Amino acid sequence: MSGVRVLVGTRKGAFILTADAKRQKWDVNGPLFGGWEMYHLKGSPVDPNRIYASQSTSWFGQLIQRSDDGGASWQPVGNEFRYDGVPGTHQWYDGTPHPWEFARVWHLEPSLSDPDTVLAGVEDAALFRSSDAGATWQELSGLRQHDTGSSWQPGAGGMCLHTIIESPSNPARLVVAISAAGVFRSDDHGVTWKPITKGLLSEGIPDEDAEVGHCVHHVAAHPSRPDVMFMQKHWDVMRSNDAGESWFEISGNLPSDFGFVIDVHAHEPETLYVVPITSDSEHFPPEGKLRVYRSRVGGYEWEPLTKGLPQENCYVNVLRDAMAVDTLEDCGIYFGTTGGQVYVSANGGDSWDAIVRDLPAVLSVEVQTLA
Amino acid sequence: MIRVLLPAHLKNLAHVDGEVTVAVSEPVSANGVIDAIEASYPMLRGTIRDPVTGRRRPFVRFFIDEEDHSHDNPDQLLPDAVREGRVPFIVVGAMAGG
Repeated sequence: MSGVRVLVGTRKGAFILTADAKRQKWDVNGPLFGGWEMYHLKGSPVDPNRIYASQSTSWFGQLIQRSDDGGASWQPVGNEFRYDGVPGTHQWYDGTPHPWEFARVWHLEPSLSDPDTVLAGVEDAALFRSSDAGATWQELSGLRQHDTGSSWQPGAGGMCLHTIIESPSNPARLVVAISAAGVFRSDDHGVTWKPITKGLLSEGIPDEDAEVGHCVHHVAAHPSRPDVMFMQKHWDVMRSNDAGESWFEISGNLPSDFGFVIDVHAHEPETLYVVPITSDSEHFPPEGKLRVYRSRVGGYEWEPLTKGLPQENCYVNVLRDAMAVDTLEDCGIYFGTTGGQVYVSANGGDSWDAIVRDLPAVLSVEVQTLA
Repeated sequence: MIRVLLPAHLKNLAHVDGEVTVAVSEPVSANGVIDAIEASYPMLRGTIRDPVTGRRRPFVRFFIDEEDHSHDNPDQLLPDAVREGRVPFIVVGAMAGG
């Protein structure tokens, strides 16, 4: 019988939430790795039993955990993330040069074709690849060594590489996003990179349309149309129809175009979801109402989805990796909040239920659709 | 044998309770003790010392018999009390909130 497995990373451990295809009755397993920050967990699209997890604390550093049995058991694998060559410097918040220093893994992206290959987006921003199921890691250093690298600057959360998109139709193509450097594309398996930021405008930087320096919060694309990308920037919701060669704004009638998450319906490539947040300092929903906004026309026109979500006194945030969709016939939408709630909609966003309400602050949500 | 007391997070990670003991060849140093810990408990590699720089992590300290040895040369000889197994080499996580 088909079902779903939701992988939740929180500030104090990981949780695995499972249900059948109705997505009404849930089993909650956790906390796994209690007390550790679990920035991200993600399963291999090739082998759903293979799951990678990023585990860290400021005290004891970074570990990578791997499960080969769907999360029932875990083993630590390699945790040596060594920058290629002499790392050099990037810009610090005050504009002075700052040495590149590894802090943590923000995002793990298992390969679309090989369960032993996985990419890791790290802070300070760099991209690493493992081809031996996480045992060893090699930097794809062409990204960090791009001509603009020394001018990259951290966002408030650190200089993190948080989004990795592999193209199902073009295996040589990778897109990554870095806060607050921008979005970059490689068309040669990650060897060389170029910024793809034309059309982005950011009022908070000295040159509003600079090649780099944009605080991109998240980028999403539908697997059937990987060259059509949607971006939640610090401010502005953006769209590109040409693999990032150019971007245009689709914020339309959103109550705020600040936010972190953005995702695409599994079966409707023009149906998008965002969670508007009040502002860059007020990281909570406008008017204390937790609303997911859906566009069925690829942007511009958005409708609030509120049924089942708190519509008063709600001041949580939804972080950049904390929304996911399943691929069941009635597409399920999931998101987690900094207040510890994980919500599911089993009907494309029309109504919502809380799977759990009192987890630690949710950092990431991924979902696996199981046969 | 050298007695080592690990902080709770690392005991959980290594699936151990209480003290652990490791064999460390002379001259017994802090680096030698951590090398032995990492050899016996590979899941702890990189958690006490940065795996790239080899340096003690900033939020980790080393105590022996109530004295802070965090800032000693990690290759210097440890006190007899540790080498003779009378007191443990204590790895402490900084008492910081979060």
